[in-house]
Amino acid sequence: MSEVVTIKRIIDECYDTKTFVFDWDAEVRPGQFIMIWIPGTDEIPMSVSGICEHTKSITVKAIGEATRRLHEFKEGDRLSIRGPFGNGFDLSNRNILIIGGGVGTAAVMPAVVQTGADTIIAARSDRDLIMLDRAEKHAANLWIATDDGSKGFHGNAVQLMKEKLKEKSYDYIVACGPEVMLFFTYKACEELDQDCQLSLERYMKCGAGVCGCCVMDDKRICKDGPVFKKDQIAQLTEFGVSRRDACGRVVKFR
Amino acid sequence: MKTAVGSIALERPGMIASGIMDETGDSLVRVLESGAGAVVTKSIGLEPNPGHDNPCFMEVRGGYVNAMGLPNPGIELFKEEMEVAVPKGKVIGSIYGAGPEDFSKLAAKMEDYGACAVELNLSCPHAKGYGMEVGTDPEMVRSIVSAVKSSVSIPVWAKLTPNTHILTKIGLAVQDAGGDAVVAINTLKAMVISPEFARPIMSNKFCGLSGEAVKPVGVRAVYDLKSVLDIPLVGVGGISDWRDAAEYIMAGASAFQIGSAVGTRGLEVFQQVNEGLSAFMEEYGYSSIESMVGAAHE
Repeated sequence: MSEVVTIKRIIDECYDTKTFVFDWDAEVRPGQFIMIWIPGTDEIPMSVSGICEHTKSITVKAIGEATRRLHEFKEGDRLSIRGPFGNGFDLSNRNILIIGGGVGTAAVMPAVVQTGADTIIAARSDRDLIMLDRAEKHAANLWIATDDGSKGFHGNAVQLMKEKLKEKSYDYIVACGPEVMLFFTYKACEELDQDCQLSLERYMKCGAGVCGCCVMDDKRICKDGPVFKKDQIAQLTEFGVSRRDACGRVVKFR
Repeated sequence: MKTAVGSIALERPGMIASGIMDETGDSLVRVLESGAGAVVTKSIGLEPNPGHDNPCFMEVRGGYVNAMGLPNPGIELFKEEMEVAVPKGKVIGSIYGAGPEDFSKLAAKMEDYGACAVELNLSCPHAKGYGMEVGTDPEMVRSIVSAVKSSVSIPVWAKLTPNTHILTKIGLAVQDAGGDAVVAINTLKAMVISPEFARPIMSNKFCGLSGEAVKPVGVRAVYDLKSVLDIPLVGVGGISDWRDAAEYIMAGASAFQIGSAVGTRGLEVFQQVNEGLSAFMEEYGYSSIESMVGAAHE
């Protein structure tokens, strides 16, 4: 069913990313997503980046036609949404390390708020970092990494994770970010015999597990995921290697 | 739980309906392993097609609407998916085209790829120039089926639309042209409007309704077809439990397909329907699926 919600507040996260807080009573688990319709443009999946009883939020980086159009929305404007969809993170254990890379930080932020776990936020540079204020407030320890060293650790999320794993052991890693970051997060976890849960992404149409267009191997990202555990990821031959386009054709990453 | 659709023997009577988790080889294998007796592929055309823009799907009371617009990688690339699926079970190749020549070419490819039958999509309600636009004219249906029959040796099934008042005439056209089975129904042509935005929600405006809401329409369609046809029928439309499946069988279907319920109930639906049907048959003394086919006509 689609629902129409009203934007209550807009937060400028950085030069190209905004958070839209809207009134929505639905029960949502950290790591779930919604399908959001921008009339006349597109319908796209968006991670829920904030969960309160009566409001939820999405955090949107303006990178395509739909997201740029969404950035023009003002407080009081209405959005049409479907969901929530997907499984979400398993947060039954609190001794975890949460990692958000780029706008993927949005997908893990509800997990940071709910668990107060140690958190790494990474981005290309200082100006791309988002949601630091919320992470600072909730995370037991917040560590920042930037590729260019403009803030925090000089390096990427995976390098910083490896440093932190030398100092402290965690039951598992929870991460969302660009696929290349997640791929190397997984590789590092394999090397270090470290458990993990990663939130993955693919082009989606239905969002409800019906059409089968967002599959990675035989797993539907929208319904079987988007969060996958380490042993499941080990079976995904397409992870980090290829995706499928709107026609269902295989597109190799490199 | 054995049944047969003409010469196609099935260990279990349920198949995945075209369009549901069937665009890739790995998905098809997963469905086969979850208790389906066969799988029907996404409808494949001559060229790659991205389908309609989003929104192309939404939940409604009683089911789903979709206007996917026949997305598919095209028949050449689909070979790779068939190579993965065919060794794991029976695969029926669904195809769509604009006329007899398209369908013949596609069917021949599907036969080459190892499909055990082809299902002609004469019924999609949301793709201009295809589906129900060619499938509601009995003459066109006759020429398509007969062209396909002369180009392949595997059975030819025709999937028909309920969006017509001449369903039985179209069914007879399939039979007269040598078609081996009729599959009914595809989705009901539909529309959903957003009052807040004062516009149809689907990018294509028109869409097709599937799910529990359409089941009585499908059962009626199969009953009507059974009254006039001698070739086997496959029932599809809103099946989500064993009772639904039993209704279609008693209306005249030798086998059935499940689509939307995969979204609402998960792939476990095949196992659940098989178990429920089997228990019902035992309690009511039906020794086989075949003995139940068309029971409601007597």
